[in-house]
Amino acid sequence: MDIALEQVEYRYQPNTPFERLALHNISLEIPSGRYIAVIGHTGSGKSTLLQHLNALLQPTKGKITIGDRVIDAGKKEKNLKAIRQKVGIVFQFPEHQLFEETVEKDICFGPMNFGVPEDVAKKRARELIRLVGLPEDILAKSPFDLSGGQMRRVAIAGVLAMEPDVLVLDEPTAGLDPRGRREMMDLFYELHRAKHLTTILVTHSMEDAAAYADELVILHHGELKRKGPPREIFSDPEELEKWGLSVPDIVRFQSTLEKRLGKKLGKTCLTAEELAEELQSLLKRGGR
Amino acid sequence: MMEKMIFGRYIPGDSVIHRMDPRSKLIFVFVFICIVFLANNAVTYAILTAFTMLVMLLSKVPVRFFINGLMPILWLVVFTFFLQLFFNREGQLVFHYAFIRIYSEGIRQGVFISLRFLLLIFLTSLLTLTTTPISLTDGIEMLLSPLLKIKFPVHELALMMSISLRFIPTLMDETEKIMKAQMARGVDFSGGSLKDRVKAIIPLLIPLFVSSFKRAEELATAMEARGYQGGEGRTKYRLLVWRPADTLSLCSLAAVTVLLVLFRDGGIL
Repeated sequence: MDIALEQVEYRYQPNTPFERLALHNISLEIPSGRYIAVIGHTGSGKSTLLQHLNALLQPTKGKITIGDRVIDAGKKEKNLKAIRQKVGIVFQFPEHQLFEETVEKDICFGPMNFGVPEDVAKKRARELIRLVGLPEDILAKSPFDLSGGQMRRVAIAGVLAMEPDVLVLDEPTAGLDPRGRREMMDLFYELHRAKHLTTILVTHSMEDAAAYADELVILHHGELKRKGPPREIFSDPEELEKWGLSVPDIVRFQSTLEKRLGKKLGKTCLTAEELAEELQSLLKRGGR
Repeated sequence: MMEKMIFGRYIPGDSVIHRMDPRSKLIFVFVFICIVFLANNAVTYAILTAFTMLVMLLSKVPVRFFINGLMPILWLVVFTFFLQLFFNREGQLVFHYAFIRIYSEGIRQGVFISLRFLLLIFLTSLLTLTTTPISLTDGIEMLLSPLLKIKFPVHELALMMSISLRFIPTLMDETEKIMKAQMARGVDFSGGSLKDRVKAIIPLLIPLFVSSFKRAEELATAMEARGYQGGEGRTKYRLLVWRPADTLSLCSLAAVTVLLVLFRDGGIL
């Protein structure tokens, strides 16, 4: 499902002393099946942008096309439920959204709201609970008896159970331990590949952005500053610094190394493996 | 959702009213509420209106903002106006059509009572608009301190008030977040039958209560860890200062009261 934003502007609390311009002149196309990472400093409008993708917020100017629905500024939209089924959002700290008596009921809650029959929803719950790395017997427990990390997984399973075409992730791994982070991020990438999901990730981790995304989008003070593949974006560390961002550790290591060696490597490497290969080929060519 | 509400909101500013001591403002508002009921004729209402206008001007809060904030309560004002208009049977008959009879006294009372409403709303919301919640609770604590003599837990009450006030915006943010998260999971908060709407509130309320419990626990731990042991023997960081302007404001209020007593029907004059 393609999503396109055209000159979108969003103001919080317009016409009050608390008015705040959160997004300004955002034009962005998200073709079906892409993995896009949105990065930017705190308060740059990332989360506001996300909420436009399934019409939780509607633009104060401009228009948004989500699949075959067009959302124009200033129009009262009805029947947004169809959009919300297609575009699943995992919010920051999604464990706060759990409320049912059992984990199973909570996972089934989303799909059943969209008219999925109970037995199908339960089947999905059983599949998903294993997919997110939890034992099946947890389904019968109360979500409030679980640990923070487990609650997070249950909440994510609850969003995945709606089987969205577009998965929007707002810092899904904030507050998880390093292993949990990696597992979750790998799971999302796996789903993205296997189900051809369009994935939009908001993150502060440049490593994650570099490792998974096809394209990066940089927001700064509510404006879209740059859009491009990670290799291109991370090749210019000075520019990123202007927007309060940094490059992944590997990239920084490479540029320090390049300065010491006094020569440039073939390309900007995004992972340790890539860098190792580049260095190896440099050695083979006899460069010192 | 609550964007238009101005009750309980503070607008940062730097006016005479903003700088006043919260105690004097509290006393001011309390006395004002009482003396509004002294007014019973055109002259006294004119005095009160002029006085309220003056105070509003001094606060430098944009008038447009008062009007915005008034909207949610407007129906109540309109309702009382029409209640007086249609059901007051005193004075002369002014208008008669089918079963509708409007009397002169009805119009008079309708106008006066709605005006009284407006004045009360404007002045009380001015209190919260120009005073930070924290200094408001400080003021209340000081004003209630005589009650300590009858073993009234003034400090605990003030603490509870300041904590609740502090967490209102946090809780509102959280409500909005959970609401959005549940909307993304297909909950419809604004449509459907009454039964559906009540049911839709459950996925919002339970997470809110759970997180409030957690927050209370964390806050209590953090307070204990920082050595909080109750109200006794504590010193104050924020000190309230009574300035000449505060005395002056109460004097002006006294003057208005005297004027009202003089000019009201059945008053001294």
